[in-house]
Amino acid sequence: MCVVLLAAALLLFPVVFSGAFARDIGVAFLLAAISASAWNIVGGYAGQVSVGHSMFFGLGAYAPLLFYTLFGWSPIAGIPIGIVLSIALAVVIGLPTFRLSGHYFSMATIAVAELIRIFVGTWDFVGAAVGLQGPATARGWWDLTFRSELPYYYIFLAVLGIVLATTAFIERRRFGFYLRAIKSSERAARSLGVPVRRTKMQALALSAAFTSVAGSLYAAKTGFIDPDSGFGILVSVQMVIVAALGGAGMLFGPLVGALILIPLQIASNSWFGGGGSGLTYILYGGIIVLIARFEPGGLFELWYRLVPERWRRAYAA
Amino acid sequence: MPDCGGRSVGWAQSKMVAVQVIVGGLLLGAIYALFSSGLTLIWGMMNFINFAHGEFVMLGMYAALMVVVWVGGGPAIFAIAAAVALGALGVAIYFSLIREVIRGPMLAQILSTFGLALLLRYTAFWIFSANFVSLPQNALSGTVNLAGIYLPIAQLVAGVVAVTLTVALHLLLTRTTVGSRLLAVAEDRTAAMLMGIRPDRMQALAWGLSAGAAGIAGALMATSYPWSPSVGETFGLIAFVVVALGGFGSVLGSLYAGLIIGLIQAASAFWLGAIYKDIVVYGLFVALLWLRPQGLMGKA
Repeated sequence: MCVVLLAAALLLFPVVFSGAFARDIGVAFLLAAISASAWNIVGGYAGQVSVGHSMFFGLGAYAPLLFYTLFGWSPIAGIPIGIVLSIALAVVIGLPTFRLSGHYFSMATIAVAELIRIFVGTWDFVGAAVGLQGPATARGWWDLTFRSELPYYYIFLAVLGIVLATTAFIERRRFGFYLRAIKSSERAARSLGVPVRRTKMQALALSAAFTSVAGSLYAAKTGFIDPDSGFGILVSVQMVIVAALGGAGMLFGPLVGALILIPLQIASNSWFGGGGSGLTYILYGGIIVLIARFEPGGLFELWYRLVPERWRRAYAA
Repeated sequence: MPDCGGRSVGWAQSKMVAVQVIVGGLLLGAIYALFSSGLTLIWGMMNFINFAHGEFVMLGMYAALMVVVWVGGGPAIFAIAAAVALGALGVAIYFSLIREVIRGPMLAQILSTFGLALLLRYTAFWIFSANFVSLPQNALSGTVNLAGIYLPIAQLVAGVVAVTLTVALHLLLTRTTVGSRLLAVAEDRTAAMLMGIRPDRMQALAWGLSAGAAGIAGALMATSYPWSPSVGETFGLIAFVVVALGGFGSVLGSLYAGLIIGLIQAASAFWLGAIYKDIVVYGLFVALLWLRPQGLMGKA
């Protein structure tokens, strides 16, 4: 029931709010929800906290624009290439680190993301510090370059639907139970015969693939990518905070997080002015610390804990 | 080259330059060793990675600057002030944040210091702006000629002090009662408690030592290099690489690894170009992940 209402609300949103600004917020919301849902598979469900997911986002963003610049291919052709590269990178990082403590994986993700960011910034083949540009005017729909926000909105919504449906499907399968078992105790999971490393690796690969698609969508929408907007640490921060605020390891956690955070981000950017994005990140840092300290389960868990209590009180009275 | 004499002079010169690069790299590496030993101490104590460690180094640099500007005094005063200020911050962070999240899920453990890093970094940007600053002239300004190698006095003193402090930390952990208590808590919290050791105090002490080491390393580095709030991220990652190379939990390992990383960085900056020095170091980290994840002296 809730899901149907939610789907209806998301489908009708651009119809009800037809202003360019509202639709822009809608698209930003969907993109944040897609990438955070992708992060959620490995960071939330499997409990392997990546703080460098921008590496997959960036690969996904660079691939379509690179092949457009080189050969004039449609950005659509670059999306699968980004996915393949991201999965390969996931294997490179996952294979060695998943043998070690979870902290090691987090450390490796942030270091590798930073390595790639600096490297891409010095590599002329991919535009170095300036970055790459997409098609300025569309040759056809396959260039994914639209004047209106509306096509982007529905494409992003469809992708979000696919990511959430996949996650919901996983949740009920043996794979989903493996993931939660690993999250609560890796040692116990292993002793019960869960193939721990293989499961973590599969979760990372799936998460990387979806994150890469989110990057491709971002690049198609903006028509431009540079090392910081693709591989920068703040890209990773946004995925982590959106998922953790709503509830890491909850299907709709990233949606709730994005619903709160994206309007907050836009509001704080306009309150503090153009130079105030730093204050937005102070706020982000503060929110992350508070979540970690007081409510690691995010708002979803807070909701589950508070609401039944009130009901109980109401019935008792 | 037609002129043989010129070539031999050039060769002698380039040899001197090479020695200079190597010595400079080792001196910087000594400071890397000092702040990385703080990171490895926390890992050894509680299997916990502090993502805000580089920000502690950055704050140590600003603490030194603020002491010089507002209070005055020489390098000894601002270095000690930075160590005390950051040590106090470390203890405060332990009691207000770490003590609680260490019992929580992995997500809370990693996000706590990751969020803290963002908070400290962007607060520093907000207060101090993104401009590079450096310490005013002080007792350590100037250069010294050691057997034909010209070295800034500040780098030399900073390097020697950093090695001394890192060795001192190693001796504190291995040769003193306090060190045994720290290691006892690291080994088995409950058993240590039964022996009359208060784990909370020991872990708070470890956080104080760790952040204090980062603070004094920052103050030492501030004597010879300009900085901005963004250096915290770089130093944090360098500390990861040093600890990964030296082995998690080994202070002595991080001393050797710090010197090696300083050397590699200086050499790659000189012979490959300044933009490649971080690429080489982080690339080394990825190679280590695959080849020797337990580091030179660590236990996996």
